[in-house]
Amino acid sequence: MIELGTQSDIKLINEEGLRNDGRKFNELRPIRIEVGVLNRADGSAYIEWGGNKVLVAVYGPREAFPKHTQNPSRAIINARYNMAAFSVDERKRPGPDRRAIEISKVISEALEVAVFTEQFPRTSIDVYIEVLQADAGTRIAGLTAASVALVDAGIPMKDMVVGCAAGKIDGKVVLDLNKEEDNFGQADLPMAIIPRTDEIVLLQMDGNFSREELEQAVELSKKAATYISNLQREALMAKYKSQESEKEGERSE
Amino acid sequence: MYLDIERKIVLPGEEISLEGMKQGNGIYHDNGKYYSYIMGVMQTYNSYANIIPLAGKYYPVRNDRVIGKVIDIAPSFWIMDIRGPYPGFLHINDTPWKNLDQDLNKILKVGDTVFLKVNEITESRQTWLSLKDAGLRKLEGGHIIMVQPTKVSRIIGKGGSMVNTIKEATGVKVQLGQNGVVWLDGPADKVMEVRKILRFIEKEAHTSGLTDRVKKILEESR
Repeated sequence: MIELGTQSDIKLINEEGLRNDGRKFNELRPIRIEVGVLNRADGSAYIEWGGNKVLVAVYGPREAFPKHTQNPSRAIINARYNMAAFSVDERKRPGPDRRAIEISKVISEALEVAVFTEQFPRTSIDVYIEVLQADAGTRIAGLTAASVALVDAGIPMKDMVVGCAAGKIDGKVVLDLNKEEDNFGQADLPMAIIPRTDEIVLLQMDGNFSREELEQAVELSKKAATYISNLQREALMAKYKSQESEKEGERSE
Repeated sequence: MYLDIERKIVLPGEEISLEGMKQGNGIYHDNGKYYSYIMGVMQTYNSYANIIPLAGKYYPVRNDRVIGKVIDIAPSFWIMDIRGPYPGFLHINDTPWKNLDQDLNKILKVGDTVFLKVNEITESRQTWLSLKDAGLRKLEGGHIIMVQPTKVSRIIGKGGSMVNTIKEATGVKVQLGQNGVVWLDGPADKVMEVRKILRFIEKEAHTSGLTDRVKKILEESR
């Protein structure tokens, strides 16, 4: 089999089985989610996932424009994934490129499964995903934050979509690749699920996996998704909890 | 409408135990189980379990009183922004004015604010508005304050207790739209006071005992 990934003698897993940032094979990078960070948007969220920093704003449901894009029986979901020029080492030429258009499409389709679009005919729900800093796995970080922002906007959903990635480095299946592992590893598998039903709503693959490895990777991601799903819920609850503690502060004055 | 029970916040996809209640707003069922589809506070009303949303747009309901702004004029109707997903239409026949041959621009201009009711919502969610009811009018002067549409019922309070408290304490004229638009008229300092109160209610909407707390604030500021 042809091994993909740039040939190099960089060791991604050391003798103790730890990765270059000290994580175990099934360990996620630290994740922090914040809700309601933008005032003008109907809903918003900010996520820090390892070195990724992604800001999401949701508008809608509002009348879809241009008019020919309207669907008379349901709402359309317009996700726009955009990387800031300063988000990567070398300046990224601003504007949508082939990659951004593809990611926007897969994210829209993943969210469409969860949202009750039939409640809002002729409208569009716009999701703006701005990647401020990229460190591998931005599409799933964006998607994870996007579903939190949708809930913050009060949009009816079956459940929150959770994204997670797995990959293969030094011939071993591991969870949540970072930039070095993504660049010098053999495969990357971003995936998104609806935790309640275990429905897979996004699955892409870059590189080579054997059938067994693919199954392993999916299993790893699914387990991690439950954990991330709890983080999403905590973040949403925190928005209302913090207001309660503020209130107590006012009282004690 | 609001019971002083513990207000539990539910999230989309969270399972709801109906406990003999009927399935109300904000709940869907799948495989014989019930789940919430919005983030909100669970409440029971008339043997229905409902999820009252914590956020979201205004979704027009028939006979709602709303405050709209004229955004465009068509040959026989005005197009109004009512802060919902769709614009509202106000036909000349649904207004008290009878001057059919007159230019609509002379009656209501673009940018005018009007207190209206939702007359009809068609299957394709076209929203028709009306000015033909007691109290409905063009709003002149005053100030407009936007609040979240989901918090309007808390600003009204039980049988209007909250809004009446505010009116009595400050003497400001208050016109509430179900769509989260509040029209205030009175001396500037009093209007600012009401604005502060509205922001407070908006922030604390999911907690209980609000009217008493607002009363306290109003008394303190006097």
